[in-house]
Amino acid sequence: MNVLWLQSGGCGGCTLSWLGSSQGSLFRLLADEGIELLWHPSVSEAGVDEARELIERCADGRQRVDVLCIEGSLLRGPQGTGGFHRFGGGAQPMIEWVKQIAARAGHVVAVGSCSAWGGITAAGVNPTDACGMQYDGEVAGGLLGPDFHDPGGLPVINVAGCPPHPDWITETLAALAHGSLDAAKLDDLGRPRFYADQLVHHGCPRNEYYEFKASAEKASDQGCLMENLGCKGTQAHADCNQRLWNGEGSCLRGGFACIRCTDPGFEEPGHAFEVTPKVAGIPIGLPADMPKAWFIALAALSKSATPARVRENARADHLVSAPSVKRGKR
Amino acid sequence: MSTRRVVGPFNRVEGDLEISLDIADGRVAAAYVNSPLYRGFEQILQGKLPADALVLVPRICGICSVAQSAAAALALADATGIVPPRNGRLVGNLTLATENLADHLTHFYLFFMPDFARAEYAGRPWHAAAVERFRATIGSAPNQMLPARARFMQMMGLLAGKWPHTLAVQPGGSTRPLQSSEIFRLHRCLREFHEFLETVSFGTRLEELAAISSRSDLEAWRGRAGGGDLRAFLAIADDLDLWHLGRATDRFMSYGCYQEEDHRLFAAGLWHQGAAAFDVALINEDTTHAWYAAAGLPQHPASGSTLPVAEKQGAYSWCKAPRLGGQVVETGALARQVVAGHPLARDMILGSGASVAARVVARLLELALVLPAMERWLNELRPGEPWCVSAQAADETSGVGLIEAARGSLGHWLTVRRGRIHNYQIIAPTTWNFSPRDSGGQPGALEHALAGLPASVSGPLPPSIHHVVRSFDPCMVCTVH
Repeated sequence: MNVLWLQSGGCGGCTLSWLGSSQGSLFRLLADEGIELLWHPSVSEAGVDEARELIERCADGRQRVDVLCIEGSLLRGPQGTGGFHRFGGGAQPMIEWVKQIAARAGHVVAVGSCSAWGGITAAGVNPTDACGMQYDGEVAGGLLGPDFHDPGGLPVINVAGCPPHPDWITETLAALAHGSLDAAKLDDLGRPRFYADQLVHHGCPRNEYYEFKASAEKASDQGCLMENLGCKGTQAHADCNQRLWNGEGSCLRGGFACIRCTDPGFEEPGHAFEVTPKVAGIPIGLPADMPKAWFIALAALSKSATPARVRENARADHLVSAPSVKRGKR
Repeated sequence: MSTRRVVGPFNRVEGDLEISLDIADGRVAAAYVNSPLYRGFEQILQGKLPADALVLVPRICGICSVAQSAAAALALADATGIVPPRNGRLVGNLTLATENLADHLTHFYLFFMPDFARAEYAGRPWHAAAVERFRATIGSAPNQMLPARARFMQMMGLLAGKWPHTLAVQPGGSTRPLQSSEIFRLHRCLREFHEFLETVSFGTRLEELAAISSRSDLEAWRGRAGGGDLRAFLAIADDLDLWHLGRATDRFMSYGCYQEEDHRLFAAGLWHQGAAAFDVALINEDTTHAWYAAAGLPQHPASGSTLPVAEKQGAYSWCKAPRLGGQVVETGALARQVVAGHPLARDMILGSGASVAARVVARLLELALVLPAMERWLNELRPGEPWCVSAQAADETSGVGLIEAARGSLGHWLTVRRGRIHNYQIIAPTTWNFSPRDSGGQPGALEHALAGLPASVSGPLPPSIHHVVRSFDPCMVCTVH
């Protein structure tokens, strides 16, 4: 299975995340899974004329493309011309190349939240009229339109995340190579369910603090980041605290909030990223599938039951009170 | 009479790059460097809460992500008047150094060396070995380097949660308190990377490489047994005379980086045939040949603007043209080490000036210089002491963050009005190196370096052009942002 990878209105961070794969050399891993990189802007030998010729052949069908991976938002501006990104060496805007190749590719994968929804590039005034491959924020559409599907009937596969975990990308490509990725393996937003059916909350090391609503109050505190510091891990679809990043990290392990970067619209939360918005002291964003009344009742109960140890540690940057050691009767 | 040839897309440059070459008599008469992608971060940031810059700016660039975070954190700290506690400062250094060193490694093995495996070089005595070792994606070197890099980047998991795009880097320090167990594991990551560099990349002890003080010492060192990829590169550099390829204007700038208690490990400054007066107040951005609405005279970034226009007479890039006192400067690891005073860096530019070889050697030299500093910073961490201080930015304030990314000087200029970002201007390393011409017609550093190189109006582009372009370790996504 060959893969053509193109970049547009993004930062290249999806590729850099991917190259940091902890599963041995990424290139060997791809070869083992039967995946051949037809061309990738960051790692392929072919440049300038050779690369242009290859892309032209992909666009007019002389070169078969099994999987088209797009990294970065698709820039429709200014005034619908796509002129904010021309593919080097010619006048044609990138969005035209992407449309032509997507129409012929076996599968289309949007790598990262920019390519999936528009992402960070669509934040603020969205100066470039950025959108995703098949979504414009939460709304289906984007560059290719809501009805797009590949020859096998799949929509654009959204490996969302800013950036995505390296394994999310590799596993998705491997599943395509093995022919095992069908529509049932994608969630309502076209994300592979193997990671999107989890919540960032699952496996969070701050779990005990969450249970007792023992909350961090400032950066570097050890407590739960949901109540005050903007954490959306209880709503965010991803397995970050089970799979771990760069060997043993995650946003929560790094001490900062989950900003729900796998979801459309995460770039415009409507509040300061690192501050939890509240109404009457209750966070607006509740844990996934939890009724508000129950959350309030449970929070009140657990706060009243918080052990002193957990409360003290939550507001410190190191362990001030260790769990007691119980000894049996001799 | 010259003929125009437009070449692109250049790859292995982290983003999009196109170059127009005016070719006459088999040589480049003039080069015009175009950054063909505009995203508009400076517009996106306007009206945002100042602290939200910490989410937005790292996403300017997936390879300089922490550098962007660090520049924003510095600008916010400057605007707020806070200083991180010692642990916060040290973790900041460690995080930035991890990214910078990983980037040097990535550049050498994934972006730069694969060009020597190209078929055009078949017949050179080193070519077969270069194909086996450095060929893109299948050579033994990239496949050996990636797992070593991933193991080194485990430091990012520990220090910053993840890479790229962390929120651990804060104006007041770090969100990530480290305890003795984490520090132990960080030591192991460093130690293993140290060993990789000594056995695979350099074939020598880091101290020995760091102590090389001249090109003749470097030559003597190369002649000694030891192997390693640096020796392979030096042999190629001699054969292709990469020491006399790619000279730009030989004005070297560095903002300095890695904050120690009372100084920066690498000092800030300007070097032009010797130490020269350096004043960041003399930085201006010229938009004569860039697709931005003319703002009159070139602006200092503190009062700069970014208003893209679709059409503009004479414009050919989305990159603005930053100048220091009206002059074109070069930035990067070579500039940083020349300014900081490393004797090898200064000797490499004596006589024939900056070159492809000098830029590459300076990057590898920096690996040998910074790794021991990282080991020292780890030892200076004090669990139990604070990692972060907090403070709210004033409603009316401004700040500047100047640091060194792997590929050179990165500056953020921030103005806050009524509690919101009023203006946010960024000049990235490659904005300096790959700038277009200015109002005086002065070419940017790469444009200067390409002039005079052999080129033909059709057929394959000579590899020398690829070497010169990539010797700057360009980051095109940062360039325009």
